[in-house]
Amino acid sequence: MAIDVNGKSLEVDEEGYLADLNQWEPDVATIMAKADGSDLSDAHWEVINFLREYYEEYQIAPAVRVLTKAIGKKLGKDKGNSKYLYELFPYGPAKQACKYAGLPKPTGCV
Amino acid sequence: MADFDVPELNEYPIVPKLREGAMAHSAPFVAAGKFQGPLGFPGELPDNWKDVAIDKMGELLGKYRSLQVFLDICVHCGACTDKCHYYLGTSDPKNMPVARQDLLRKVYRRYFTFAGKYFPKLVGAVDLTEDVLDEWYTYFHQCSQCRRCSVFCPYGIDTAEISMAAREILDSVGKGQKYCNEILGKVFVIGNNLGLPEPALKNTLEGLEEDIEEETGVKVRLPLDEKGVDILLVTPSADFFAEPHVDGLMGYAKVFHAAGVSWTLSSYASEAGNFGMFIGSYENMRRAAMRIREAAIDLGVKRIVFGECGHAWRIAYSFLDTLIGPFDFLDQNYPIPQHICEFTNNLLKEGKLRMNKAENDHMKLTFHDSCNVARGAGMGQVEGGQFTIPRDLIRASCNYFYDMDQDTILDATFCCGGGGGLLTDDIIELRVKGAQPRMEALKKVTEEHGVTNLAAICAICKSQFAKTLPYYGFTMDQIVSVHQLVSNAIVLKGSEQEAELDGSAEQQGEAETA
Repeated sequence: MAIDVNGKSLEVDEEGYLADLNQWEPDVATIMAKADGSDLSDAHWEVINFLREYYEEYQIAPAVRVLTKAIGKKLGKDKGNSKYLYELFPYGPAKQACKYAGLPKPTGCV
Repeated sequence: MADFDVPELNEYPIVPKLREGAMAHSAPFVAAGKFQGPLGFPGELPDNWKDVAIDKMGELLGKYRSLQVFLDICVHCGACTDKCHYYLGTSDPKNMPVARQDLLRKVYRRYFTFAGKYFPKLVGAVDLTEDVLDEWYTYFHQCSQCRRCSVFCPYGIDTAEISMAAREILDSVGKGQKYCNEILGKVFVIGNNLGLPEPALKNTLEGLEEDIEEETGVKVRLPLDEKGVDILLVTPSADFFAEPHVDGLMGYAKVFHAAGVSWTLSSYASEAGNFGMFIGSYENMRRAAMRIREAAIDLGVKRIVFGECGHAWRIAYSFLDTLIGPFDFLDQNYPIPQHICEFTNNLLKEGKLRMNKAENDHMKLTFHDSCNVARGAGMGQVEGGQFTIPRDLIRASCNYFYDMDQDTILDATFCCGGGGGLLTDDIIELRVKGAQPRMEALKKVTEEHGVTNLAAICAICKSQFAKTLPYYGFTMDQIVSVHQLVSNAIVLKGSEQEAELDGSAEQQGEAETA
């Protein structure tokens, strides 16, 4: 399977996650979100950018609590919780936001 | 919300009318070759797949006498037919345990019994074909190996063992399941199901230490890879990653702190779960479990304690010694291994933990018995400890506790709907429908007793409920960890909570124990 981004065909797995992290560009997220029927706001980008930075350093998506804390520090305490993140990403911050950010899907009992 | 019909929750359980083929379309993604190889399985169907599959079945029949007995002794009495949550939730007759078993049994008869070899039609024996293989893949991935049916079977036939055997045969001919096999590969390379490397784990634990200090004013540690300590804690990696799991992990840390024992997590054995059991592969289960033994020896610990994980506890309690023993290097004065719930409960009984139940007064609790703990293991030194100990912990932490209907708890508990390697989004319809019986029982206690929250001691149950509760009109945060309740109630020495309590000790309404 593949998705079309700016004329390039990028391979994705069965669940729509990018096969090669290095092929990611911002339009990947925009196009994936469109397919889910939503437009990305600045609030979405705050999360996506943090995920990518964290992944760059640790080779894994951040734990939910690490993410909520980081977002809380950046955007204010009222936004540092999973309720806020689920409002942004109804299919789950760990899974949906990771997909948009080009990260592999977190696996396991999560 | 869903592109399938979410089952209704009725006032009392109703056995649904049969709908043939209702779930024939449901199968998880097949593992690509890159996930099969590291586990010792072929990446695709080999040319001689039929011989390989029959040989594998023969090998398993020889190795596990129980499997042959289970395939031989069923008399089709029907006692199991309405006991499976997947049948109750999907109406598909092939989700009746006897029908599921028969998918394997009819092939067993054809190749391994006299009557089936010479008079196949008379005994319902069939040839193994690719269609049969596909049907196995479909319906043996609609069994969460929860063993509820076996409780009601007059012969004690364990469908879980049959389902494990079927999955192992499927793996041997290159039809593995992506979710389980990808995860096992991560355990072998990184040490846990998530693929959480040591630096990320360290960073996460440091963050949790900060959180506990912020909440209590006490420095509570979550040590990693510390040699020479007393206890190695082995816990599901979801405890580091997800909610409400992480709240339970902070609870374990507070309990260890209050007990004054030295402990550590291991980055090498950073996973209690063991998907080798789900795919029926003894070799892979052993290989994953061996990391725990190696870590315990390397760190020089005296005890091993397991965190809240259902199937990990079944493996730990029921076959750890056979699998990776002997444990002569551990302190023989303690249970080997011990469950965190037993550890905490012992401290409570000895009066060593101070609890303020009022901290949980915003919740009314019920408890979901996880299948692998309820039916696959015991706990503590008393019979039925796996039922009483978690409930004792909840009662010691909360003022309001109400059990669900007796037919749906203890050894008759309903699976959450996501156990046995089925906690994957590609079969969300099955997961939601399989949760129906548990949701129905939950709804009843919410209406009768005003229950607000469901507590569990299994990472899979917690994630499954967080995902499926909203389909039934509940909210995802209604599922909590048992040690999350402990964590809320425990009053640490020198904490802000202690100062607050002792400063207002004369006030009424503070419920305390110990």
